[in-house]
Amino acid sequence: MTRFSLSVAMTLALAAPLAAQDLRMPADFENIENETERSAALFEEMGKVLTHPRCLNCHPKDSPTQGDDMHPHEPPVIRGDADFGAPGMNCTTCHSSENFETTGVGGIESIPGHEPWSLAPVEMAWVDLSLGEICAQLKDPERNGGRSLEELHEHMAEDGLVGWGWEPGAGRTPAPGSQDMFGELTRAWIDTGAACPS
Amino acid sequence: MPISFTVNGEERSVDVDPDTPLLWVLRDELRLTGTKFGCGIAQCGACTVHLDGMTRRSCVTPISMAEGSDITTIEGLEGPEADAVQAAWRAIDVPQCGYCQSGQIMTATSLLQQIASPSDEDIDNAMAGNICRCATYVRIRQAIHDAARTLEG
Repeated sequence: MTRFSLSVAMTLALAAPLAAQDLRMPADFENIENETERSAALFEEMGKVLTHPRCLNCHPKDSPTQGDDMHPHEPPVIRGDADFGAPGMNCTTCHSSENFETTGVGGIESIPGHEPWSLAPVEMAWVDLSLGEICAQLKDPERNGGRSLEELHEHMAEDGLVGWGWEPGAGRTPAPGSQDMFGELTRAWIDTGAACPS
Repeated sequence: MPISFTVNGEERSVDVDPDTPLLWVLRDELRLTGTKFGCGIAQCGACTVHLDGMTRRSCVTPISMAEGSDITTIEGLEGPEADAVQAAWRAIDVPQCGYCQSGQIMTATSLLQQIASPSDEDIDNAMAGNICRCATYVRIRQAIHDAARTLEG
């Protein structure tokens, strides 16, 4: 079997689609009287998005993963100095400014794209972290791109690349809910003290 | 509505569906057949061109994205790095069947334009997306090192 056909066969074998998920809204948490507990519960709901493959695949420690099963990126790519791949093989060697539908050959229905397209910086790596650890990281300006909580909300609710997670193109399961819902959950989490799950 | 761009220094304009892959336009509209179709899903690298100086898999690039851009194909590749790469390729007979080689040369040239003296790791990272079913990888790596030494003078 050639290297190419082997890689395509592996992609097909590993590609098990996830079921689309929904998100609960802040009102669904009003029965939790203790505000800190409610805040942590809201973050756990946000965690459905944060730990979804659409988000985790590009928040790796080193090389990105892809697909709903988070298999290693094919072809092999590295993070690179600018979180943008290697000289001669940058993210934009393959990824355009928008999703591009292929003819479906090899089980790859579309090549994901957005402007900009790059990995999250390594200090924002989430892979292998618990939800509590991701929460602590998100609140730490040293590890969240220097963002205040308000700027974090803006990022979650309005950033285009975050929003790509809900419009990932053919062949990929969208992140749960919608970016608007995620933004509302983030708002409610901040307003209740931005507590982290233990 | 026509889409205009530059290919190998010439201004070109095509009136096709905006989602048409750049590769289709290069091969079928402009008759630049040096760029090859391999997989159609950005997995093999045979269709590599330079778009505004960066490597680009033309099989997954909508022509709408090329509006106003500067495209170089294997037919128009030139400059000291390109000359060094093509000489090194000939010197040790890198190609076997040759089908993937225009893509290999486009990526190798881009690498040398960015890293004058690449390590084995640099070469592997840059060339990882250019597959050769004849497995000429050892000669490709050797030829890139040879080209780098030529450029050093």
